Amino acid sequence: MNRFQRRLAFDATMQVIATGLALIALAMMAWILVTLVVKGANALSLRIFWLPMGPPDGSGGLANAIVGSFIQVMIATAIAAPVGVLAGTYLSEMGQSSRFGASVRFINDVLLSAPSILIGLFVYDIAVRPFGGYSAIAGSLALSIVILPVVVRSTEDMLRLVPGSLREAAFALGAPQWKVVTSVLWRAGRAGIVTGMLLALARAAGETAPLIFTSLGNGSWSFTLTEPMGSLPAAIYQYASSSSQAWVDLSWAGALVITVGVLVLNIVSRVVLAGAGRK
Amino acid sequence: MNLNPSDITPAMRSTLAHEQINGAKPKIQVENLNFFYGDNQALHGIDMAIPEKRVTAMIGPSGCGKSTLLRVLNRMYDLYPGQRAQGRVLLDGEDILAKGVRATTVRTRVGMVFQKPTPFPMSIWDNIAYGIKLHENLSKADLEARIEWCLTKAAIWTEVKDRLNRSAIGLSGGQQQRLCIARTIAVKPEVVLLDEPTSALDPISTARIEELIDELKSEFTIVIVTHNMQQAARCSDVTGFFLLGKLIEFEATNDIFLSPKQQKTQDYITGRFG
Amino acid sequence: MTADTLIDRPGTGTGRLKDGKGGTADIIFRFALTMAATLVLLVIAAIMLLLLRGGLPALMKFGPEFFITTDWDPNNEIFSAGVMLYGTIATAIIAILVAVPASLGISFFLTEVAPQVIRRPVGIAIQLLAAVPSIIFGMWGFYVVAPIMRDLVQPALISGLHWLPVVGYLFAGPAKGTGILTTGLILALMILPFMTALFVEVLESVPGVIKEASYGIGSTTFEVFTTVSVPYGRTAIIGAAMLGLGRALGETMAVTFVIGNANRISASLMASGASISSVIANQFNESAPGSLLQSSLLLLGFTLFVISFIVLALARYLVRNRLKG
Repeated sequence: MNRFQRRLAFDATMQVIATGLALIALAMMAWILVTLVVKGANALSLRIFWLPMGPPDGSGGLANAIVGSFIQVMIATAIAAPVGVLAGTYLSEMGQSSRFGASVRFINDVLLSAPSILIGLFVYDIAVRPFGGYSAIAGSLALSIVILPVVVRSTEDMLRLVPGSLREAAFALGAPQWKVVTSVLWRAGRAGIVTGMLLALARAAGETAPLIFTSLGNGSWSFTLTEPMGSLPAAIYQYASSSSQAWVDLSWAGALVITVGVLVLNIVSRVVLAGAGRK
Repeated sequence: MNLNPSDITPAMRSTLAHEQINGAKPKIQVENLNFFYGDNQALHGIDMAIPEKRVTAMIGPSGCGKSTLLRVLNRMYDLYPGQRAQGRVLLDGEDILAKGVRATTVRTRVGMVFQKPTPFPMSIWDNIAYGIKLHENLSKADLEARIEWCLTKAAIWTEVKDRLNRSAIGLSGGQQQRLCIARTIAVKPEVVLLDEPTSALDPISTARIEELIDELKSEFTIVIVTHNMQQAARCSDVTGFFLLGKLIEFEATNDIFLSPKQQKTQDYITGRFG
Repeated sequence: MTADTLIDRPGTGTGRLKDGKGGTADIIFRFALTMAATLVLLVIAAIMLLLLRGGLPALMKFGPEFFITTDWDPNNEIFSAGVMLYGTIATAIIAILVAVPASLGISFFLTEVAPQVIRRPVGIAIQLLAAVPSIIFGMWGFYVVAPIMRDLVQPALISGLHWLPVVGYLFAGPAKGTGILTTGLILALMILPFMTALFVEVLESVPGVIKEASYGIGSTTFEVFTTVSVPYGRTAIIGAAMLGLGRALGETMAVTFVIGNANRISASLMASGASISSVIANQFNESAPGSLLQSSLLLLGFTLFVISFIVLALARYLVRNRLKG
């Protein structure tokens, strides 16, 4: 082989390797999903959606954990979304070039990837220990800290995508800033901001670490926000590390439910964004 | 005017003369205006008197400061940190750059239309109503009348009257620009600033906008920035020529195009540079 | 208002510039925005300060030795971070060593090799992998991957490599399935989609003309990738890899399932270990408020916070800089 042929052969080899790596990554994804479906199917039945968690013989379900997750994620979103949108708006509309804005942006990016178990410890310190017990409120608070940076980031990114001329046009009509932001900018960036919230919500719904020291988990129905409340990830964690095969099976069913839920939320948010892009 | 005779520049003197000829009094007087982008000075000691209910054109090569001046006239530069203006800009004798003057109020009286059409992401109706609702509480009937009035003024009423509830994004570029003009005059400003309003449009749309400018000057003071010298010649009454942040010449449009007094103006309008 | 105005101009009332409304509302609005932004700063400052405050008793008791010794004995109330620091860092390094080349390869595939029609779907599928909750990776790792590691991969590694000088110690038996190596591999799979997405974003920002210039002198696709695209995006690629490292360092649920939870350091990568996050997850709920155990766990948390903060801050600095320019 001459030099040129060697180079071509090397190029072809690397392309094959890259393709192989991509195939392996996809295969892993498929492997995880197939595992979830196969193992989850053992215990998956409508029963788990309306029976609360039960004894180790597997006669219970996961309904209280699913509802608990839903309640806590919703409260967390209700706390984090307004703050996140306002802070993201600050970064885009007021803090573009200030030092303070740069610091907030930087810290928010760090918070975005901060270990979520530390958020659990933090909320334990401010909302569990002082009040003498685990509570759904503490769990929601922890999840809201997971959600907050995602919303801040996506709001800032979306508002930055709004053309400057649109902003100026609104100001040129004599509109005050709050009016420009609320009725023109938020409106123009709506699809992206909603997408950011959906993604944040999906992430929070799958988080276990921030919940185990805050809302703890609860084996039976509870709608009291000041009491420990079940959540799907905490239930999966508890059951998956138990010695009862029935519980392990239930945890796989729960894992299947939560993964499907999270993936559906992700896909829906992508569709929302793509739909907005076409208009 | 509170000016010493010694403060009056040649440019202003010619404007004053021009004002007498046309019987228009100054709507906006710019006095010794300097403008900075951070450390860069973009305007140097601008003096000019923009006549009321006339069309004033500002021409000059890219970066000459004409758009910058326009953005001072409604305090648009306020939106950006690091940009500042020195000097006085009198709107009916009141300095819009003075402390305590609210940019929002200035912009209500001095409207602006941009180079690229800027329809808001809402219906045609809401686009127009947006500005009106900022300043007035009109009854539904009055609001409808106002919307029809300004859409008619902007020569777009017949094209959109059957689809006022549709998104403004669906309109063509020329229609969007006329919608933006309608939206601007809906607030009933006294001055309308046009920043190269036709540079993104085709020749037919451009012609319609130029006709529109001619009609609007009976009620509004108009300032237009344009790259297109024919456009300035066609639709303005007075023209200012800018170069490197300075106002080189400010004369009646006919004079500036037919017998410019400055060599630089002559060079520019005959296409020797720019 | 001038007398010859044809239309009445209600918008400005008297025409006086200093009148008009909207000022107070804007002040309140801007105040609300600023407060919300400040809250983000306060949250992270509070996390750091409270972790430090909680860990202070342990720090006073054990001193700097806390970070270098390897005892963790709840019965005798002797605690130190050595084992967990080793477990945290070793697993994260394995994850990075595996995930960075793999992500680069996949991003090469997605930006240069793959036919246009499949780039988007494959890209989206890999990003969806990033959305799978970490506890799923933990369960999958424990119930599916660990047995395979125990029965196939680890025996092969041990018999194939144990005789090597130095390296052999890393691959000494017994094959248990769980442990440092398995954890590192699971973490690699978890951070791979995230890193791939960032790499693709960086590589797509390489101006086409620069690549064309290289193609123009007869470079192959892979040569353009290694000599033009990757060097062009080098800073951001390093930043993205560090973001992946930051995630691997702080990951909890996946690690807790597969690391094996042993309170000692072994030379072998096959051995069980513990990470900061796995120890916190396992023991925090059993620690009494105010106890030395709880304080030690909080000090571990503070340590993890500082490590992640440094890594993430550096990463964000590199990524932001590059993508902005």
